[in-house]
Amino acid sequence: MEESVQELLRAARRAIVEARRDVKALEQIRVRYLGRKGELTQLFKQLAGASENDRPRFGKLLNEAKLQLESGIAAALGQAKKQEHSGKEQFDVTVPGRSPVRGHLHPITQTALEISRIFNWLGFETVEGPEVELDYYNFEALNIPRDHPARDMQDTFYVSEDVVLRTHTSPLQIRTMEKRRPPIRIIAPGKAYRCDSDVTHTPMFHQVEGLMVGENISFGDLKGILTIFVHQMFGPDVGLRFRPSFFPFTEPSAEVDIQCVMCAGRGCRVCSDTGWLEILGSGMVDPEVYKMVGYDPEEVTGFAFGMGIERIAMLKFGIDDLRLFFENDLRFLRQF
Amino acid sequence: MIASLKWLQNYVDISIPVQELVTRLTMAGLEVEAVRNLDAQLQQVVTVRVESIEPHPKADRLHLCQVADDQRTYRVVCGAPNLQVGKVVPLALPGARLADGEILKAVEIRGEMSQGMLCSQRELGLGDDADGVWLLAPDTPVGIPVAQVMGDGDVIIDIGITPNRGDCLSIIGIAREISAICGSPLRYPDIALSEGDADIGSLSSVTVDDPVGCPRYAARIVQGVKISGSPAWLRQKLEAVGIRSINNIVDVTNFILMEMGQPLHAFDFDRLAENRIVVRRAGEGERFTTLDAVERVLFADTLLICDGRNPVAIAGIMGGLDSEIKADTTRVLIESAYFQPQCIRRSSKKLGLRTESSFRFERGVDPAGLVRALDRAAQLMVEVAGGEIARGRIDVYPHPIEPPVLRLRVDRTNRLLGTRLKSSQMAEVLRRIEMQVKETDSNCLEVVPPLFRPDITREVDLAEEIARLVGYDKVPVTAPQAAVEAASFDPHLRARQEVKFLLQGAAFFEVLNYSFIAEESIQRLRLPVGDPRLSPVRLMNPLSEEQAVMRTSLVPGLLETVRYNFDHGNDDLRIFELSKVFSAIGGADLPEERHQLVGAMAGRLIPDPLYGGREEVGYVDVKGTAESILSMFYLEGVAFAVDEAAPYLDPKMMASVYCKGEYLGCLGRVHPEVEEAFDLKRAVYLFEFDFDRLFNLRSSRPLFRPLPKFPSVTRDMAIVVDAAVRVQEPLDYILELKEPLLELVDVFDVFKSEQLGAGKRSIGYRLVYRAADRNLTDEEVNAVHQRLVDKVLGKFGATLR
Repeated sequence: MEESVQELLRAARRAIVEARRDVKALEQIRVRYLGRKGELTQLFKQLAGASENDRPRFGKLLNEAKLQLESGIAAALGQAKKQEHSGKEQFDVTVPGRSPVRGHLHPITQTALEISRIFNWLGFETVEGPEVELDYYNFEALNIPRDHPARDMQDTFYVSEDVVLRTHTSPLQIRTMEKRRPPIRIIAPGKAYRCDSDVTHTPMFHQVEGLMVGENISFGDLKGILTIFVHQMFGPDVGLRFRPSFFPFTEPSAEVDIQCVMCAGRGCRVCSDTGWLEILGSGMVDPEVYKMVGYDPEEVTGFAFGMGIERIAMLKFGIDDLRLFFENDLRFLRQF
Repeated sequence: MIASLKWLQNYVDISIPVQELVTRLTMAGLEVEAVRNLDAQLQQVVTVRVESIEPHPKADRLHLCQVADDQRTYRVVCGAPNLQVGKVVPLALPGARLADGEILKAVEIRGEMSQGMLCSQRELGLGDDADGVWLLAPDTPVGIPVAQVMGDGDVIIDIGITPNRGDCLSIIGIAREISAICGSPLRYPDIALSEGDADIGSLSSVTVDDPVGCPRYAARIVQGVKISGSPAWLRQKLEAVGIRSINNIVDVTNFILMEMGQPLHAFDFDRLAENRIVVRRAGEGERFTTLDAVERVLFADTLLICDGRNPVAIAGIMGGLDSEIKADTTRVLIESAYFQPQCIRRSSKKLGLRTESSFRFERGVDPAGLVRALDRAAQLMVEVAGGEIARGRIDVYPHPIEPPVLRLRVDRTNRLLGTRLKSSQMAEVLRRIEMQVKETDSNCLEVVPPLFRPDITREVDLAEEIARLVGYDKVPVTAPQAAVEAASFDPHLRARQEVKFLLQGAAFFEVLNYSFIAEESIQRLRLPVGDPRLSPVRLMNPLSEEQAVMRTSLVPGLLETVRYNFDHGNDDLRIFELSKVFSAIGGADLPEERHQLVGAMAGRLIPDPLYGGREEVGYVDVKGTAESILSMFYLEGVAFAVDEAAPYLDPKMMASVYCKGEYLGCLGRVHPEVEEAFDLKRAVYLFEFDFDRLFNLRSSRPLFRPLPKFPSVTRDMAIVVDAAVRVQEPLDYILELKEPLLELVDVFDVFKSEQLGAGKRSIGYRLVYRAADRNLTDEEVNAVHQRLVDKVLGKFGATLR
């Protein structure tokens, strides 16, 4: 037995040397000696026929031989694999990648989603409403009576005497308050229409309306919420200012300007050298509006705001031509 | 509203730099839209006299002009129609900066050199007048900078006035705001007029038939005036704010309009029949020629100023041609009135006629201040045109307008604003804008706004005045106190977002088209007569026929977008839109608005020059996309059928999609005729879904199924059948047999070949068998599979390949 083991080991060592770091040959050697029907495995089977006395000694012998063979083959294999890999041709890593083709959401959609995300996160629920709207919701209930100069602020598309394409998303203020009781916290993104078409106006555009109504909501709170919004949207270092303005459905009313994102407030073409960009209109909900929806203006206060999504998208992405949004040229859309 | 700094300084001292003034005005709600420093801007613009005008040899509408100052002669090309030899006009020389920001250069125009440009007021940024070259007064010296004509060192401030602030549509109105912001006192002009002996009552009378439309009408008469050009100071003031000088009398009325915001009208008194004024409503259809020489048809609610017989003016909007001030006028009746804002606005809208005057009456003029304006106008007319003011004034004011008495609660106002102002601070601020304030107790002020502030009628209006004058920036930024509440999320909106993300992942680009389209573009869809999509909601006042109706389908817009992109070299495309379509509902107030989802595919399947091939997208791609959209809604019983539901698709390659008998949409190749109608140069594949129906039929996501514990066994069944047999038919049949061991059937191979023979095709189905509780043996599977094969062969007359 001892001799057969020694003989086997010698032969195996010789074979390993002869295999000359050939991975395949080494694998064959492993099978030949250590495989299920391998030579060493056969010797293990003879163990059963050995005498009681010899068995432990032979067993030990065989186990040692097995360990030796295994480590010998493994070491040779390791060397062989290393050598084989180092001989491999270098792959040209500059070859273009094969990408899965990616689509693009319209920049208006992306901007609306971002605005919605910020307000949803502040607890404002998203609501929607009709784009073809009753004059009542678009104007009358928002304290814009028929013979009021404020109607000139918006050029209106009419479907009939009493039906218009909504000129803003503000009708959602009324529609929501008619249906619910305070507290209310909503935003309403959507399309709006005005019959105006030139370099800075498209007849269809997008807005996001916002409304928060409850007890003791103050003008300071309006400033608070919109400051959070601006900082989330444009970065925490962007300055903003609230400037008196006029909307028939808010009192007091405020325009919100942000520091010009193009020139950081130093003055440039985009901001007409003022350093400021107007981005949204806002104000405390006018008591007349509360009366229209049956709220008691003595009991509730709140604020509303509205912003143009195109305007914000243009500032976010540095787009200088409004009309690009509706040409849908893939070379434009691909950039977002 | 254009204001001249110099003019403002007549009424209020301005000690702060212009830039600071501009900021403070803006932050008080008077948004400064532009500031022009005349000196800096107009140095390169000089006055010249036109010496000759000849036609341009190569352009019909252009002239070659010779213009000169006292030293030099210039040749310029000009297209203005109002140019005449001898007129004094502004010439912008190379280097001048025009209102649009452009720096002028000497240029060749159609082969002729132009050494400068003759400018309109608008081009110089000095007014709104863009009708031809600005004709300066004939006695203007030539060779001086235009800035000098306008008044040296002046700064022009253009302020956007919101509709509620009619009181700021005047120089004094703005001076009043500056006074309130800066704290320097306001100086109203002194009015000291000397009247003659003739009593106005003996000369004329005013009858107001409609005291609702005309609550107050005052008039004065000046006799013995001499019409001429205005003195330089008057011309300069008007030109500084962009008003063309006409004659001394009209200029005085315009001066008062700008100074005090009160529109006046000067009638030639001798041309008023019976020398009297009657204010009445027009008769429906009554005709009247305004001083712009346009004959206008009036409405029953148009308010008219008439003499003893005929109308002489449309109240508050425009005077008449017959009674205007002419060169021979010697007696003038000055009208200073307060017309009801709504009445003027309605008429101005209906007549399509807007003037400086109507603009102010609509917003409400000062019913108390109009007599001061009248007196000052009479005084100035005598100053610039001679003559004598008749004694007294006519003043028809049967029901004097009373200002409201408002209660301001200090605590509530502070709560609304989020401020901690004391009542004395509030009172002080309100007094600065001429409110009468009484402190009734520590928490309450009694406030009476002046009559020139008709916008102040409620406590909340006072709150805004306080906030804006204290400064919005002084209001502390706070976080609202509100209960934590989860904002619920509309599942329809969420589904729309998810579909958009799905399509984005499938390489689609989202497009957005206008909701209004040309009616003609719907007609290109081959829809049958009577299809409701052919009867869209129509706009009463569309911008053009291209945008005249609300779309009943997203398809036309999508195909236009495809064509636009083809035309711009974007041949490989996958686009979609998810927007609303509109359909009129008989009897309903509003049309029905439904969401539609459409997509288009064209061009190469993989538009990559290295890894992509020539293979183009086709029916299977559009169907696959549609199927993955469907899979989001976990619908049961979806079926594809060939029918006529979508006539804009190729009947040889289209399918309508149904679920439980309801029409969900369609997909396929665009019909060749439609491709031609939309000028599409290559094949386009479409899918279209009624998104709302898709959403309404949705099921909830099925529950998790445990992963199988035992392996599956796969067997193929490749059959040769009649080419008319649809791929789906044997598949559906196999499933109908409900073999319990059958887990899944796929199609792995479809082809035709000569060997199969004409009219035959081979379809390969891959069947996957599995038992939930054990390993299947080959024998068991073979037996089951053979049974299915035999049944299919028998049913479809097929053979095995």
